[in-house]
This record gives sequence, C-alpha cells and structure tokens, in this order.
Amino acid sequence: MEIPRHWRLKQQRYALVGEVCPHCEEKIFPPRDVCPYCGNEAKTQFTFSGRGTVFSFTTLTEAPAGFEQAAPYTVALVKLEEGPVITAQLTDLGDRPVEIGMPVEMVTRKIRAEDEARGVILYGYKFRPVMETPK
Amino acid sequence: MRDVVIAGIGMTPVGEHWEISLRSLAYRAIRAARQDAGGLQPQALYVGNFLAIDSSRQANLACLIADNAGLGGIEAMTVEAADASGAAAFHVGYLAVASGLVDVVLVVGVEKYTDALGPEQESAVAQAMDYDYEVMQGLTLAAQAALVMQRYLYEYRPPREAFAAFPMLAHANAVTNPYAMYRRAVSREAYERAEMIADPLRLFDMAPYADGAAAVVLTTPERARDVTHPLVAVRGSIGAIDTLALHDRPDPLAFEAAYHSVQRACEMAGIRPGEVDLFELDDAFSIYAVLSLEAAGFAERGQGWRLAEQDALGLRGRLPILTMGGSKARGNPLGATGVYQIVEAALQLRGEAGANQVPNARRALVQNLAGPASSAFTHVLERYSG
Repeated sequence: MEIPRHWRLKQQRYALVGEVCPHCEEKIFPPRDVCPYCGNEAKTQFTFSGRGTVFSFTTLTEAPAGFEQAAPYTVALVKLEEGPVITAQLTDLGDRPVEIGMPVEMVTRKIRAEDEARGVILYGYKFRPVMETPK
Repeated sequence: MRDVVIAGIGMTPVGEHWEISLRSLAYRAIRAARQDAGGLQPQALYVGNFLAIDSSRQANLACLIADNAGLGGIEAMTVEAADASGAAAFHVGYLAVASGLVDVVLVVGVEKYTDALGPEQESAVAQAMDYDYEVMQGLTLAAQAALVMQRYLYEYRPPREAFAAFPMLAHANAVTNPYAMYRRAVSREAYERAEMIADPLRLFDMAPYADGAAAVVLTTPERARDVTHPLVAVRGSIGAIDTLALHDRPDPLAFEAAYHSVQRACEMAGIRPGEVDLFELDDAFSIYAVLSLEAAGFAERGQGWRLAEQDALGLRGRLPILTMGGSKARGNPLGATGVYQIVEAALQLRGEAGANQVPNARRALVQNLAGPASSAFTHVLERYSG
C-alpha cells in the first residue's frame, strides 16, 4: 500500500491541478519544482481544462501487476489544449478507432486495483472521445 | 586524467539461468574477466544492476558480489540507471581509474530477470519510468516504445515493414555468438506473423529480457603491461539525461540525451561520430535503434530506417551495428546490457570476434540507453597502440 503517496497526488489525479509559471507564464503538468522553460521556481497552481487531442496511442495486452484485469487497454499521449502532454488511458471508446489528433476530454475513473481485501480503490484521470453535442 | 584501458573481459551466456543465483552469475563473469586480465588485483568493484532491489529483494548488491567473489575489504557499490545501469557502472569505473584514485577497477553488470515472473516483473521493469505519472497509468516499457513508434510512423510515414531489418540483422549476427540467447536467423515472414505486443510494436520489435552477467577489468596502460592480449583504450565516456517521462519532451522522437552524449564523447575522444568502425547501439526496441542512428547523426531525422535497407549496417557494411546480435538476439539482461556491449566491442577491437569480426576494427562507438533515452551513456573505445 502506498497510501500517503496516493493521497499526495489527489489534486493531480482528480482535477488535473498543475502549475502556471509566475515568471514565464508557461503551463506545467505534472507539477515540477523548477519550470522547464525558464529555470525559475514554479509554485502557482493552475487547473487544466481537461480538453486535449491524442498525440500518440497504443493498446497493450501484457499488463503490469494491478492492471491485469483491465487488459487489453489503450494508453495515449494526450496533448492538453494548454500545452503540456500527459500519459493517460483512453476510455469509453466503444467501437471507435483511435486516431492521432482525435479530440478527447478528461474523466475520472478507477485506475488501478489495489489490495482489494483492504478496500482501497484508486481513482484518477482517463480521457474519452469528446461527445458530439447536437446543435 | 590518466589513460584508461580495458585489461580483461568476461561474460556468461545470456538466457534463463534458473539454476544460478544472482551472486554466482556475477561471479562467473568476474572470474572470466580476472583470468583474462592476468592476475591484476581489483581495488574497487562497481556493479551495474537494475532489478535486484525489487525482484531479488537484495540491496547493497555490490557488497554481496564482492564478498562472494573473495574481494573482502575493497570499495564496492551499485550504480543504477535502469536499463543503462551497465554503462553507468562502467563510466564510474572509468572515472575512478582516470582520476588517479584507483589503479585497478572491476565492473560487473548483472541481472537476474527470472527471479520474478509475469505481471510482477513487468511492474519491476516499468519502474524505469515516472512512477506517479506513467506507471500509474498502466504504461510498460514496451507500450512506451509503441507510443514512440506510432508517432514516428505518423510523422515520417516509413513502410511498417522497414523495422523488420533490425531484428533480422541482430538474429543473423547472433547465430555465431556462443553467448547469445537466440542463435537462429528470423525471416521477414516470421517478423510479420509475430504477435502484437502493443500496437504497432510486434514481438520481434522488442528485445527479450533475460539473465546475464558481463565484467571488465579497467586499469592504466602501465599496470596492464604484462597482459598478453591487445588492450582497449577508453577514449570517451559521457552520460546525459533527457526528461524521465516521455510526455515531458517537446519532441519525443529527438532522443536528445543520445545526441548529446555522442557529441560530447566524440569531442572527448577528438573524433567525429563518423570516424568509427562499428556502433554498438541499444536496440531494446527496434524503433530505438532507428532513433539512435538518427540522434548520432548517421541519418537525417525520419530516415534512420533507410540505413538498414541500404545494407550499411551488416558486419561488412560501412557502419556495422549489433555485431554480436544486440539485445534483440543476444538477449537483454537490462542492467548488464551496457557491460555486454562494452565486452562485445572489446572483442571486435582485439580482433577476437571470430565469425562476427568486423574487418580492421580499430574504433567503436558504444551506447546504452535507459528507456527511451531518458539516460544515455556513450563510450568511444579504441584498440590501444601505446
């Protein structure tokens, strides 16, 4: 169990809270102590919109421990509209083929099965295709 | 800084060594390297290893290995840089001798991959990535390579089959390497029929993880004067990092750490990257072989796959790679791989590579990567001529 570690990451996992650099105004996710763009310390919180596009993707069959029940699943590099790229699973795909450039949005889902007997379920971000809204 | 030479080399066959323990596997390589070095007494041991603390539940591995090898009292520590641990340990060994602090160093890369199995081992290997932001999304090293490959196919549109040339070359070269795990050629048909690991990455695009140990003895030319075989000089030794997480890179196809370490290692050696007789690159995944060729400047961006088509990379080509089978066919013992590459390049430069000998090999470029070149260690080795 890694309870303190998961607790510490709850803002990132549940709400995509990163940073905006107070010096150069670049948006940063995941949070860092030093801005990779200007080298100054970055500590100002910024909540990302959760909208982005698929930059690359793959579907795995051989999953690591804790993810076996989910296999096969699709992991993508998602380029957020504010700039950063993050690694996340795609979900709610149905029969839809995934393509690079496809618009996606963040949703909260169960991300890993922990020690089930102790009842801890880990939730976090995944991304689904943007639903088309009728005009 | 003092000149540093490789005075002794040794390795075990790569494979699934169920019956051999971590410490004994390391000892076999150490014994061979020490015999080859003609009785030089090591004063320090640097161990390259990735998985022991997780898979074998063993920390302070270098103490155990030195102790088991009868090297009580010497300095010993483990160097870890995921699957670049072997080259990282060799780099530390180089620094120790070059600095003048230690006269004779033993470096051993060792991995007991088969000490854990299945999903547990998949998780252990995944620790090469950012745990909080990559591993927790269910990513594996193979899936990460697939993300890189998918993007490469999208940006540069090479024919998908172009990647077959890399595992085919590796397997062809491994047929005559007695230390290789898979000593048989593979056909293009077998490549195309192989199962999908993580689309678009197929089974033969991935080097198989395995057990193995390789060792070298490093010293000064003066201390090695009684060694009867040719010596190999270390002319360049440089490490560089990129972002640990693939997603943090402005251009994930650039392999910038690989680029920088090649540039600086060649500068240190006083050569251009093109002035080498062979390039032992890291083919943990076929796409990484392609990107390493591009990062080292042997091909334009997006064109690395064409070198294989032009037949430039074979033992008699203008830039031989994977001369003993690479990680794909020799097998990929992760934290030991970097030392295997050094030992294989040393065999070439000593003229002892047998059927795999690159004609007149005088100088080699050797590069070991952690994951998608999150860390890169590059060495320039030369046949020593006084």
